[in-house]
Amino acid sequence: MDDAPAPILRMRGICKEFPGVRALSDVDFRLLPGEVHALMGENGAGKSTLIKVLTGVHAVDGGEITLDGAPVSFSGPLAAQQAGISTVYQEVNLCPNLSVAENILIGREPRRLGRIRWKEVRRRAAGLLARLELDVDVSAPLSSCSLAVQQMVAIARAVDVSARVLILDEPTSSLDAGEVEQLFRVMRRLKAEGIAILFVSHFLDQIYEIADRMTILRDGRLVGEYLTSELGQVELVGKMIGKELKDLETLENAPKDIAAAERSRPFAEARSLGRPGSVEPFTLTIHEGEVVGLAGLLGSGRTEIARLLFGADHATTGELSVGGTPVTLRTPRAATNHGIAFCSENRRAEGLIPDLSVRENIILALQAARGWARPIPRRTQDELVDKYIDALKIRPADPDRPVKNLSGGNQQKVLLARWLIVEPKLLILDEPTRGIDVGAKAEIQRLVVELSDGGMAVLFISAELEEVLRLSHKVGVLRDRRLVAELPNDDHLTTGVLMETIASGGRS
Amino acid sequence: MSSDVLTAGRSAVLRGRQRYLPVLVTAGLLVAMFTVGGLRYEAFASGQIVLNVFIDNAFLLVLAVGMTFVILTGGIDLSVGAVVALSTMVTATLMTDHGWSPLATVPLVLLIGSALGLAMGCVIHYFDIQPFIVTLAGMFLARGLCYVIGTDSIPITEETYTAVAQTQISLPGEMHLSVGVVIALAVVLFAAYMLHYTRLGRNVYAIGGSEQSALLMGLPVARTKIAVYTISGFCSALGGVLFSLYTLSGYGLNALGMELDAIAAVVIGGTLLTGGSGYLLGTVLGVLVLGLIQTIISFEGTLSPWWTRIFIGLLLFVFILLQRLISVRRS
Repeated sequence: MDDAPAPILRMRGICKEFPGVRALSDVDFRLLPGEVHALMGENGAGKSTLIKVLTGVHAVDGGEITLDGAPVSFSGPLAAQQAGISTVYQEVNLCPNLSVAENILIGREPRRLGRIRWKEVRRRAAGLLARLELDVDVSAPLSSCSLAVQQMVAIARAVDVSARVLILDEPTSSLDAGEVEQLFRVMRRLKAEGIAILFVSHFLDQIYEIADRMTILRDGRLVGEYLTSELGQVELVGKMIGKELKDLETLENAPKDIAAAERSRPFAEARSLGRPGSVEPFTLTIHEGEVVGLAGLLGSGRTEIARLLFGADHATTGELSVGGTPVTLRTPRAATNHGIAFCSENRRAEGLIPDLSVRENIILALQAARGWARPIPRRTQDELVDKYIDALKIRPADPDRPVKNLSGGNQQKVLLARWLIVEPKLLILDEPTRGIDVGAKAEIQRLVVELSDGGMAVLFISAELEEVLRLSHKVGVLRDRRLVAELPNDDHLTTGVLMETIASGGRS
Repeated sequence: MSSDVLTAGRSAVLRGRQRYLPVLVTAGLLVAMFTVGGLRYEAFASGQIVLNVFIDNAFLLVLAVGMTFVILTGGIDLSVGAVVALSTMVTATLMTDHGWSPLATVPLVLLIGSALGLAMGCVIHYFDIQPFIVTLAGMFLARGLCYVIGTDSIPITEETYTAVAQTQISLPGEMHLSVGVVIALAVVLFAAYMLHYTRLGRNVYAIGGSEQSALLMGLPVARTKIAVYTISGFCSALGGVLFSLYTLSGYGLNALGMELDAIAAVVIGGTLLTGGSGYLLGTVLGVLVLGLIQTIISFEGTLSPWWTRIFIGLLLFVFILLQRLISVRRS
């Protein structure tokens, strides 16, 4: 470890606390010159917080940051930039109305007596882009360039400002394969020039292609620093999720009547359904009474599949048939009319209306389905709401309480109740148990089993592999926005197998 | 795939020309109006008619220059008309009632206007308040101050000032210009140079493109935004001086609604209200279009002057729709 060159940047014992959350506790991190260092972890593991602490967006609560051996503390991204640490974000922070050359050099234009020398600006910008092996017309407005080129322009600017440490925060998430390749070429060049690059990406393949070393975070804690060549993908996934492989394989697995589910009529069939850039074409059949689980890391395309099936996004390829007839779902409303319901992952932002009461939130979807011209009689409302408060054990059992006063688990149940009273034929549950307590979790799981026994098709999305395994008849595995495998949940399927499939991308 | 990236770069040149499209449309409109006027009325197609448009609108041109800076950053300045009125009042009262020399009066007026702009700019930036409401407050303030000075029109009789006002600068072909036009054109040229050849000017465009990005790129956003409102304040005061040269009086009801004329001229000149795109040349053309509408209507003789407003209204609709179409095509 000590034969490596001295690190440019070292963070020791970094702690950061937000009200109620310990975002980082005692994290160490170092960055060597001329390396690409991947920062790994699931969402919420503390990657963004670490970057923000490093670039001065947030102040540190504890620990020290040293740059070239001298302790530093930045007042903001600007100060960090001046000290030699530049960040390129996923969203390109440039001015689309200005030319490529100006975007690279604005604020540092070569001048004579205060007059900007445009020829010199264009020459220098072209020179910088040539150094990154890019051939772009520097006088074109930035808005006319592809996202990849804009990303490169941002990098060119960052490198020109300060060529020491470059932070790339998910630069590849909206690039296609060719563009990613181009970005990697640029990264390798910069690396060869001795620039230290901190790289964040959800795509494991990309990490293994470009990174020399990685630091893994989990729940705001340091898991460890590894050489990419010495850590396999399965171990990496295990360390990110926080479960050792052998622990997972011993978990019990309730027997499922897979054959019965397969025998029943298919409810929804997606054939090469897809939306490139969001999720690659996939083929998936969901039978009546069948629970189909979707497993994969965050950002692997799980939610995107759900949104396509619910009509929240439009599919650009392939076809979907519901109940045997081909349909085109243009809006969630159309999906609702076909008996498809969707409990979104983000219950606060996309589902519940916090100021309305439990009753109002529950009847919302049913009322919408009936149309506003035919209000639901109060007595029917009371009967329905009482029935589901009872069935789902929503606590407190007070239909008039504003939903915002309920706990997360109970809010989730209210959202579930809303969709259950419209009696859907396919229920899509996106992370229904995230952030809720163990008791509520178990109740929701029990409910999923009951519903599928009653003939309802369920698409169950969860980051917790055990949960997916416990409930599903079959599991679709996603990786890098592609459905890489569809595994029947028989005796051989374990969380270990799932993890291996996620890590290997279905290649064996 | 990298060839895709390259072709994107090449076709960008073509699309870049689209940036000049609004200015070209305005120029075309101006030529069409002039041609129609020339065919319809005798004595219309003369150079002096164009010069008269400049003479009658020199103050509006200066206001519109300041407004262009503001709108390029994505802001708006509603106070300019009121600042014009205040400037004419201060000019008139100092020279007529207090016997000040124009050499002392004019710099003070320019200073007052700039200070008002500076104050509004600071409020807008540091308190993060919409420019609309801040400059609306500035408008009431300036208009109210006019009546503190006096409720009646104050004539200006100071000798040097009236001499300057009546000076006609002769051009070949028996044409002439006023001093106000020369000042206005000098302001236009200087402002165009600032916008295109200085960092301040480029920062104005950058902020209009994306204020958030400009901040992250390390540009002096605070300084630039405040500077822009100060420039607009200065231009309003200078416009007020030109207005008092034109009318040789000061009055609290002067330039009512002129801020809206200035905004209309800027928009018709092709500057996007969302900021970041537009040229001073367009603003000059926009002012000329407004002036030429007035000229045509006065040549028509039978139409009430309010038809000017109707045509300006229609033109604004057309140009806003044009802006919308261009920005939709861009995205």
